[in-house]
Amino acid sequence: MYERIREKLGILADAAKYDVSCSSSGSNRKNENKGIGNAEGTGICHTYTEDGRCVSLLKILLTNHCIYDCAFCVSRRSNDIKRAAFTVEEVVELTMNFYRRNYIEGLFLSSGIFKDADYTMERLVRIVKNLRHEERFNGYIHLKTIPGASDELLHEAGMYADRMSINLEMPTETGLKLLAPEKSHAEVKKPLKYIQNNIIRFESEKALIKSVPKFVPAGQSTQIVVGATPESDKEILYTAHSFYQNFSLKRVYYSGYIPISYDARLPAIGSQPPLIRENRLYQADWLMRFYGFKVQEILNDFHPNLEADVDPKLSWALRNLDQFPVDINTADYYMILRVPGIGVSSALKIVQARKFGRLYQYHLRQLGIAFGKARHFIRYADSPVQLREYEAGHIKGLILSESKSKYKKNPLNQLSLF
Amino acid sequence: MELYIFDGSLEGLLTTVFECYRRKSPAIKLVTEAFHVPDVFDPGYRVISDRAKGKRVWKGLCKKLGKEWQFRFYNAFLSEQPETYQHLLNLARYVIDHPSGACENFAHPDVLAVSQTAQKVHREKHRMEAFIRFQKTGDGIYYAHIEPDFDVLPLLPEHFQNRYADQRWIIYDLKRKYGLYYDLEKTEEIELDTAPQMSIVNTLPSGLLDEKEELYTLLWQDYFKSTNIQARKNTRLHVRHVPRRYWKYLSEKQG
Repeated sequence: MYERIREKLGILADAAKYDVSCSSSGSNRKNENKGIGNAEGTGICHTYTEDGRCVSLLKILLTNHCIYDCAFCVSRRSNDIKRAAFTVEEVVELTMNFYRRNYIEGLFLSSGIFKDADYTMERLVRIVKNLRHEERFNGYIHLKTIPGASDELLHEAGMYADRMSINLEMPTETGLKLLAPEKSHAEVKKPLKYIQNNIIRFESEKALIKSVPKFVPAGQSTQIVVGATPESDKEILYTAHSFYQNFSLKRVYYSGYIPISYDARLPAIGSQPPLIRENRLYQADWLMRFYGFKVQEILNDFHPNLEADVDPKLSWALRNLDQFPVDINTADYYMILRVPGIGVSSALKIVQARKFGRLYQYHLRQLGIAFGKARHFIRYADSPVQLREYEAGHIKGLILSESKSKYKKNPLNQLSLF
Repeated sequence: MELYIFDGSLEGLLTTVFECYRRKSPAIKLVTEAFHVPDVFDPGYRVISDRAKGKRVWKGLCKKLGKEWQFRFYNAFLSEQPETYQHLLNLARYVIDHPSGACENFAHPDVLAVSQTAQKVHREKHRMEAFIRFQKTGDGIYYAHIEPDFDVLPLLPEHFQNRYADQRWIIYDLKRKYGLYYDLEKTEEIELDTAPQMSIVNTLPSGLLDEKEELYTLLWQDYFKSTNIQARKNTRLHVRHVPRRYWKYLSEKQG
């Protein structure tokens, strides 16, 4: 008797998994009505799939019927696959029962587009409204914005959702036109702007009147597919940067394209998804958001792509050796943050600890910095006298020979445990 | 170096701080009753836990430690590690002997050790918040048992009662033989007479369970499989995020 619902969940979870966003943080929805759920504070990853991605939300499509025919999408009209659709009650029941057992932080609801944008969006809104009002659910809800939906529906959705997102898919307009002629970046920008303006308006009203309701408290995000079209990393990162700037996005997700189609415009089925590239893009994204790097410093016309063998921070340091070595005991916090091998929390500890006395090598090692990598770029109380300056290539070689990079192949005489 | 022996309680630890100032001991080696091996030449000084003294020390510490460090101190204490008790004692003395703000000196061995241990405990607490899987019993109580590395149960009530305010739940620590019970009003510590054993799989006998429990366990296992992308398989990353010792909690790893 469970077969029908199991099959539906199988189809609609499978179709939703290519949207990589899983974050459940950044909201401030407290459980104030003695209801169920709490979306305040940091998110929780309740489990991880075997590909190592976190599972925080129940990520499903309402339906995988779709009127569009985007070449990169599994649910495209012309694809011969099983189709299914949940009822409102089924989604509500699944969400509540998973949540009550501590399986998930909330719901990530998306949908193929059936009939038209408004019809689809209206169904999505009905589900989240039911969760918030009937079930008194205060957990996290991530809702997809359907391109072309009316402002009224978007406004209503924003009253119930914690985060909303709409995907750019291809990093450039030309790339998108190639694979999805029916879509454009303009129709992504319009709802992003509308919701952004509403968030700003609600916040400014909140400053005056305490009882203003929440509107998309965890902000908006988007996703860019990497490796389906031939854009450079520079084009991808510059697009991401401009969306962070213009639409105050909380996150841009980069999704390495998984071949799912025999379409000649796309990488063939069976070819490896660009996982290293995806990883490097996230690292570069972090440098922009948390390490004070300008996007032009990470990538520019002379250096349009991220390297596979070294991370973007190390790569920047090697290209700018004139800025090093940095003296740990005197340098500015932001400069310490730029040293490869030192992260945000170590940098904070360093600037606090050095108020009490000069820092030596053993201090730095204990604080937990990646000393082997950092030592080429720093000076500390007992740093050895260095007679000559090393060249970038030499330092890179040293670091690579000492490191156990996850991207290095296993030596042939040693079998991998897994 | 004087030997002090205490009972392993927080009260006892704080009383020790009091006693070492009263008895003007310069340096102290601290052990718990459980780890103490009697020594003919050094009987040691037995600290008798005293609520009033402990409170006085805690009040004094709070004046110098910010909220964050008070919390770190308590978290580190919950680690139950013998060497951490020593670090906590040293840290308390270091903080008392120096002007406020001394605990920001991360180059100090005790400051660093306590902050690192506190972080470990915090991580274990967070893992419990993530990996606990409730099972609904026939009488409508959501039940889960755990065997955490550290005694993190006292850190859990706030999170779970904020989240599950409208359902009764029990979280039981099989290792330390006590649990938390939330009755829709408040969370209390409980001890079960016949706690189920942690078997290879974390599950209650099916007779005790709600009739729908099997369905949702199945659906969750299905979901876990469907949401995986085979082309991206990365077992090393998977195991780093979900270490094997937690798999027994996770119903999705049993299917």
